Amino acid sequence: MAPFPLFPPEASTMAARVDALLFFLLGVTAFFVALVATLIVVFMVRYRRRAPDERPAAPHGSVPLEVGWTAVPLAIVMVIFFWGASIYASLRRPPDDALPIDVVGKQWMWKVQHLEGRREIDELHVPTGRPVKITMTSEDVIHGFYIPAFRIKQDAVPGRYTTTWFEATRPGTYDLFCSAYCGTLHSGMVGKVVVMEPRDYEAWLAGGGAVSAVDAGKALFEANGCPSCHRPDGTGRGPALVGLFGSRVALEGGTSVVADEGYLRESILNPQAKIVAGYQPVMPTFQGLLTEEDVMQLIAYIKSLAAPPAVRTER
Amino acid sequence: MEARAPAVHYLNVDYGVRSWLFTTDHKRIALLYLGTITLMFLIGGIFAVLIRLELLTPAGDLVSADTYNKLFTMHGIVMLFFFLIPSIPAVLGNFLVPMMIGARDLAFPRLNLLSWYIFVLGAAVSLWAMLTGGVDTGWTFYTPYSTSASVTKVIPTAVGIFISGFSSMLTGLNFIVTIHKMRAKGLTWFRLPLFIWAHYATSIIIMLGTPVIAITLLLVALERGFHLGIFDPALGGDPLLFQHLFWFYSHPAVYIMILPGMGVVSELIACFARRPIFGYGFVAASSLMIAVLGFLVWGHHMFTSGQSVYTAFVFSFLSMLVAIPSAVKVFNWTATLYRGSIAWDSPMLYALGFIGLFTMGGLTGLFLACLGVDVHVHDTYFIVAHFHYIMVGGTIMAYLGGIHFWWPKITGRMYPEPLAKAAGLIVFLGFNLTFFPQFILGYLGMPRRYHVYPPEFQALNVLSTAGASILGVGYLLPLCYLLWSLRYGPIASANPWGAAGLEWRTTSPPPTENFPTPPVVVRDAYDLDGVAAAPGEVAVG
Amino acid sequence: MAELAPTVAHHFDDAEQQREAATFGMWVFLVTEVMFFGGLFTAYVAYRALYPDAFGHASNHLDVRLGTTNTAVLITSSLTMALAVRAAQVGEAPSRIVRWLAATMLLGATFLGIKLFEYGHKFHEGLVPGPAFTYTGPDARQAQLFFSLYFGMTGLHALHMVIGLALLGWLARQAIRGRFGPAFHTPIENCGLYWHFVDIVWIFLFPLLYLIGRH
Repeated sequence: MAPFPLFPPEASTMAARVDALLFFLLGVTAFFVALVATLIVVFMVRYRRRAPDERPAAPHGSVPLEVGWTAVPLAIVMVIFFWGASIYASLRRPPDDALPIDVVGKQWMWKVQHLEGRREIDELHVPTGRPVKITMTSEDVIHGFYIPAFRIKQDAVPGRYTTTWFEATRPGTYDLFCSAYCGTLHSGMVGKVVVMEPRDYEAWLAGGGAVSAVDAGKALFEANGCPSCHRPDGTGRGPALVGLFGSRVALEGGTSVVADEGYLRESILNPQAKIVAGYQPVMPTFQGLLTEEDVMQLIAYIKSLAAPPAVRTER
Repeated sequence: MEARAPAVHYLNVDYGVRSWLFTTDHKRIALLYLGTITLMFLIGGIFAVLIRLELLTPAGDLVSADTYNKLFTMHGIVMLFFFLIPSIPAVLGNFLVPMMIGARDLAFPRLNLLSWYIFVLGAAVSLWAMLTGGVDTGWTFYTPYSTSASVTKVIPTAVGIFISGFSSMLTGLNFIVTIHKMRAKGLTWFRLPLFIWAHYATSIIIMLGTPVIAITLLLVALERGFHLGIFDPALGGDPLLFQHLFWFYSHPAVYIMILPGMGVVSELIACFARRPIFGYGFVAASSLMIAVLGFLVWGHHMFTSGQSVYTAFVFSFLSMLVAIPSAVKVFNWTATLYRGSIAWDSPMLYALGFIGLFTMGGLTGLFLACLGVDVHVHDTYFIVAHFHYIMVGGTIMAYLGGIHFWWPKITGRMYPEPLAKAAGLIVFLGFNLTFFPQFILGYLGMPRRYHVYPPEFQALNVLSTAGASILGVGYLLPLCYLLWSLRYGPIASANPWGAAGLEWRTTSPPPTENFPTPPVVVRDAYDLDGVAAAPGEVAVG
Repeated sequence: MAELAPTVAHHFDDAEQQREAATFGMWVFLVTEVMFFGGLFTAYVAYRALYPDAFGHASNHLDVRLGTTNTAVLITSSLTMALAVRAAQVGEAPSRIVRWLAATMLLGATFLGIKLFEYGHKFHEGLVPGPAFTYTGPDARQAQLFFSLYFGMTGLHALHMVIGLALLGWLARQAIRGRFGPAFHTPIENCGLYWHFVDIVWIFLFPLLYLIGRH
């Protein structure tokens, strides 16, 4: 049989951090297993019963020992907790300048949308040296977006957006698995992550010839009649969308919410859930009329309404 | 001096199928459960064999993808709900709880019999679902796959599990009331054997947790049947609500599965080291702490599901805490061996095997409670390895150790000791070969529930399957020699191990009413005063 | 009046132990019932927090007068149940115990009758979740969720009431035969606990479903 791997490649900035913690955990485990096993074997042999009527008279307890072997493990697990929590906090907080890529999982494939326009199925091309933020959802059941080489995993949940991020460090091809059981071809929902040097990545991006997500979103925006209510000057039946993304929105009833991707998605598919203060609940729902990918493109377009127009990459 | 069986005992006091099917004797009910769960174990084991055979090769060449998905689902459901959860409480607990506290039976003997019938009914319904099409949602029934996408027999399987939950609850109810109200004269709480403390804590978990899984499965069935939209986002529901409700029970459920095993191990160590368990009070308290803390950690199954970061922090922190009482137990068991008088009988070897494997399994739990690492290993074979180390390396070893230890009391016969030692060793080695490679596979990234896998994972999978075949042999051996011993094993004395404990102060097998006269307790749980060291010389009654 | 001595089962030391075991057992069982209903309450609270307006609109379709009447009926039935227990405790004549039990059963049946009427009404209005659901409006999905929980929670409660009625009937049969008196009244006491619990569940259900968020 060919030599087989025993350890996954480290191909992201987080991988080394996770592996360091892993080795600490392995050390703690090995230490305590060895300690307990050794003590047991030594005691088994040393105190083996010599006569059938042996009655040992040994202590029944020791409060200092109990305190000790409670406090020491407690201290060790607290170290593990803080270390792990700090890694997790980094994992859940993508850098602001991360390159956004949208992913939709569906039985049984991963659909990837680069904002500049290239789309992939079961493949994800990314550059090295740049943080990438994946925004994902599912069209049907829960799927798990898992790239072992990057040490990241995030469930794609239908009905909401979830995100993860990574910064790839080594060019190469790595596995993408669906980690959340999703039916018949769950184990067939695998793909390849192709990490390229930044120049190669730009070349690959440009080779698509496809419409950018922003342009596709704009086309959808117009095709579905959105401008009739969402006028740029805010005089329509719906609020203006320029500068909306990332701002705080006042809602009917006095609460407010930050207009993130999840809010935008909900406003399109379930507009009655949150009504903007001062507006009527008259927006129809587009559930069933737009796919998740359509919604992601619309959101890309709405996000672009915050920035000055010269954002499109030249072809 | 040769042991002689009592003339009349609970097994021969009455004959015929009716005397068994309508019994209210807790000891006979324990044996009814023994038969039923052994059958369920064999069924679950067959599913495991098929899974491991399929995983010998990277391709899906033994069974179809749909069949494979049903196999791992049904393996999980049968092993968890119909083997592990009842195992020690319904067999050893039912047999021993009244005896250990000097009672004639449990508080509600007819409810006890009813619990067995309910168990059989639940098992029958779920098995019928499995035989007439099967279920493929994973034992975790995650929505919306289970409520909307799966086309298999989800509802009858869920109903079968729902029914069996009532069986579990009746057992828990019986234990709690019995331990509170029917202890022998002089048997104060802090003189109780640790087996009793463990079953008391387990019963509390059963009573508080099982109703929640019951209502959750009911909601899944209703949603699937009537398209209600409680958990399905397409209908306005929340799939994460299902996960919270599901794991609120299913995490404490793993403590239902391990605590009784820990109780067994305490009894075995105390007997075979001839010492009271070191730190008795701390070990008893740790059982209760595990029960309480166990209800506060369920979110550690959901670190990658999309819950908030702060929620994750809280659950990770609490999950770290729940490891501590288990560590306290392991240290106390080890300390009990110090300056003891240790016999190497097979039950002791099982107990020590438990300690080693549980320590490994429990420590790998820290990997999972730790947020940074869990993200990488969640839903991989690392998890599979972790819970098999605890459930199989832990609970099943303890169960087998207990079966061996109390076999003479239950049946009046001894089993062949050399074979028992051999079986224990085979199980230990086979187990490690099966599941240790899975830790490596998990960190490599092999997801669980995978029918086909990348070729570079094959070598480790082959090792795992090889181990499984050895493990299977190790499990079949006791089945054979224990049955053999019923007819050909030497007659056992009342106290062949020289153990303390009220159950050893009556005949093997015991009379129906357990004790000819109700015992009065004047000593602590593991005090060996008045207990003869050499087997067969105990004055009975 | 002759003392009615209870039969002590063979595994109990004495009548006292038997009584304590039975009562303690009933309390433990009721704790599990709290957890059982608790799952549904959790789902309800979670979704109410997510969709307050939709749930408020849907709640308007419930008849507060019928709900209030039912609450009064059930509370009264707890009173008659307590009086039945007391009658047994102080050694009143069997006919009086039975009378209070019968009153409780009558009130319980009234409760169920009103509930049945409400359910029928909901069916006619097309508010039963599933294929027959005809609620229209932008928040139809959330309204269906409300009604799923409404039927689930009140249905589970009604099932417990039916079981309660069966228990009361069983008690009445025993009471007529003079089984209950100061020396032995454990079954009627414990069934009383169960009945009060079912009442308390309704005390929570009623405001949560009928009263909160109405406009």
